[in-house]
Amino acid sequence: MEVTVAWYLTLGAVLFTLGAVGLLVRRNPLVMFMCVELMLNAVNLTFVSLGDDLGDLGGQVSVFFVLVVAAAEVVVGLGIIVAIMRRRAGATADDLSVLRG
Amino acid sequence: MLDLVWLIPAFPLAGFALLLVAGRRLGEPRSGWVATLAMVGSFAATVGVVVDQLSHDEHHRRSVTTLFSWVPAGDLSVDIGFLADPLSLTMCLFITGVGALIHLYSIGYMHGDTDFSRFFAYLNLFAFSMLVLVLGDNMLLTFLGWEGVGACSYLLISFWFTDPANASAGKKAFITNRIGDWGVLVAMCLTFFTFGSLSYVEVLDATDAGQVAESTATFIAVMLFVGAIGKSAQFPLYLWLPDAMAGPTPVSALIHAATMVTSGIYLLTRVNPIIADAADWVPSLIAWVGVGTALFAATIAMAQTDMKKVLAYSTISQLGYMFLAVGCGAYVPAIFHMVTHAFFKALLFLGSGSVIHGMDGDQDLRHYGGLRKWMPVTASTFIIGWLAIAGVPPFAGFWSKDEILAYAWNESPALWAVGLVTAVLTAFYMTRQVVLTFFGRHRYADARPDEVVAAWDGRLAAATANLDDSVATVEAARTGRESAVAVRAEAESAHASAIEAARSATSGDTADDASDPEVLAQAVLAAEDAVTAAVMAVEVAEESLAVAQAAHTVAAADHAIVIAAAEGRDEVPALALDAAPDTDDVADHLPDAVAARADHHPHESPWTMTLPLVVLAVLSVGGGIMQLPFAPSLRFLEQWLEPSLFGNEVHLGLGAGMLWVLAAIAIAGGLVGIAVAIAAYQRRRIDHRVFEQPLLADAWAIDRAVGDFMGGPGRAGFEATTTFDERIVDGAVNGVGTSVRRLAGVLRRFHNGLVRTYAAGAALGAVALLLWFLTRASW
Repeated sequence: MEVTVAWYLTLGAVLFTLGAVGLLVRRNPLVMFMCVELMLNAVNLTFVSLGDDLGDLGGQVSVFFVLVVAAAEVVVGLGIIVAIMRRRAGATADDLSVLRG
Repeated sequence: MLDLVWLIPAFPLAGFALLLVAGRRLGEPRSGWVATLAMVGSFAATVGVVVDQLSHDEHHRRSVTTLFSWVPAGDLSVDIGFLADPLSLTMCLFITGVGALIHLYSIGYMHGDTDFSRFFAYLNLFAFSMLVLVLGDNMLLTFLGWEGVGACSYLLISFWFTDPANASAGKKAFITNRIGDWGVLVAMCLTFFTFGSLSYVEVLDATDAGQVAESTATFIAVMLFVGAIGKSAQFPLYLWLPDAMAGPTPVSALIHAATMVTSGIYLLTRVNPIIADAADWVPSLIAWVGVGTALFAATIAMAQTDMKKVLAYSTISQLGYMFLAVGCGAYVPAIFHMVTHAFFKALLFLGSGSVIHGMDGDQDLRHYGGLRKWMPVTASTFIIGWLAIAGVPPFAGFWSKDEILAYAWNESPALWAVGLVTAVLTAFYMTRQVVLTFFGRHRYADARPDEVVAAWDGRLAAATANLDDSVATVEAARTGRESAVAVRAEAESAHASAIEAARSATSGDTADDASDPEVLAQAVLAAEDAVTAAVMAVEVAEESLAVAQAAHTVAAADHAIVIAAAEGRDEVPALALDAAPDTDDVADHLPDAVAARADHHPHESPWTMTLPLVVLAVLSVGGGIMQLPFAPSLRFLEQWLEPSLFGNEVHLGLGAGMLWVLAAIAIAGGLVGIAVAIAAYQRRRIDHRVFEQPLLADAWAIDRAVGDFMGGPGRAGFEATTTFDERIVDGAVNGVGTSVRRLAGVLRRFHNGLVRTYAAGAALGAVALLLWFLTRASW
């Protein structure tokens, strides 16, 4: 059985769904953060697969952009989460609703 | 020297700046001298420029000195530049010349005022604005000066602003002028749209070359005329000028007689090519409004009792003559009359200021009389001013007024007739003022009608109090007599019972210790004494009652006499020409002020005030030399102004014989006015009350009618506008705000702060978008 591009795309879709569902159902900010990373990397996988399949280098280039943005996002996001955890240990995402309208 | 035109307005501006910074430190009288020297410097600069202009031939007497670019905005480019031509320099000459004299005069007049330096700062600022108005080389700069003089007029009318009446007079002048300023603004916009420039040189040369449509010229001319009506106090916007007399008298002389109020005539003369290109009815409108105002104001001046009000209406009337001249195309006579009027009206105003100063602030003509005894200089100069305004040859006013009337005849005999009637009335009311002020009986020490009434009230009150006192005394005496009678009755009954007791004891009916016959006999004797004393007391009480009743009769008779005398007394006339009001009957009850006035007679003013009077009197005598009608070569003013008029000056088509006849009629008219006034006020052959109709004294009730209208329906209209603004306009704006707030109130429920909800929203949105794309793709 040949591993075609459809397999990679399916894997990407599954990973993305896992990440999205995880983001929606989990309350631990750190885990939610990891779920976001999972979704980003699922998209990266899709980019690379399609780029390879279509012979377009643009797919791999896009991945670099996503990686750079994700790295920056991790730095800022983790910084915020650490700051929150210092003040309120064990806080969940639902507890952090002080910006409620 | 022409490059130094900017010096003319710079002097008063520098004076203003100096007084603004250091006025209080300079104090009195130095700040007055600073201001006066600034005006003298300005006058010297003007003379220098004029001399320089005279050295050029007459077609090169128009020069523009541009200082800097003021408003460079797209197509609109306005410079700060000064246009020196014969017209503007003529204006500058008398503004600075008469202005310097009035500044000098003010040093004496404002003596002792706590705001001495503030007054001179305003005066210099006014002179600067006025010079900018006439020298400005474009309409916007003229408008800057136009508004500047308006602001200074406001500041100076309300100079003594602690009195609410003065403050509101200033407001009235300012607001009435706004209506006129609207006209100037509209004219300015239209000029810019038509010519693409506001510069007089460009606009007037283009108009003179016939590059403007008649309808445009008509509209610009009418709008400028609206502005001129406001500034020069013509019907129906004249209402502010009589109230403007609330300011100090030098202000009335400088701003509200000699300079500012003539700026409307200046503006119309300046734009004479536009009026020449306008429809034919525009000059007629100007002429008829002018002559109508002249007649109207002259009738009001006949019946005024306030010395300055007479002169205020007289100014309106004379300005009407100038508009008549402009409307007849007689620009030179208009400027001629403007200059001579500046001389003699400034003289008259300053003279009236001197009289008011000498009378300690009293402005009522009825309180003057015979003042020439104490004020010889003021009286003789005022008489010269009177002869000048009344049109008696060879005084200055005769030449200019006669010239205007000749041009009016040339235009239409109807205009001339109205002008002639006005001239007769002018002679009448000015003679009335002179006679009432300087001739006749000294009335300053008379008891005034209200004081006589107060004295009679005082005497009546005293008699009434006396009567009331006597009634109370009678009442008290009667009470005393009744109590004496009661005491007597008691004593008599005590006496009777004592006798009774003695008798029963003697008959021996009873036998106790008290019935000692000796003791009882003594009691009877004591009771008899008491009765005698009581009878005496009753007699005394009756005597005093009789005295009190007699006093009451006298008091009642006196009271009746006083009432009869008070009712039968002669009404005190408002104007006591013949004799002082008879106050012998109430001499004890007159207010102290009457005696105080009699001790303190009027006095002549200091030299700083009389010197300007003398100079102006000389100018009022000889001012006619400027423009003598006998030969073309003697018409100096006409030759001088010729370059500014673009040949739009109408030329008289009348023969010399006709001119002599018109002059003779005008002189005769003036003499008739003078004679009638003398007959009424000096000789008292005619009852003067015939001329002083209440309706005229009330200025035809127009001011009151306007006030009532504005206070009634006008106010309702303004309030309706306010309601519209608050409900509809503000309502729309506030309504937008309110609905946004309501919508936001709904939306904020979705913003619950839970990150996962937002994520779910994003996910659902993504799914929805995906679905949409997929279904669309399938089509």
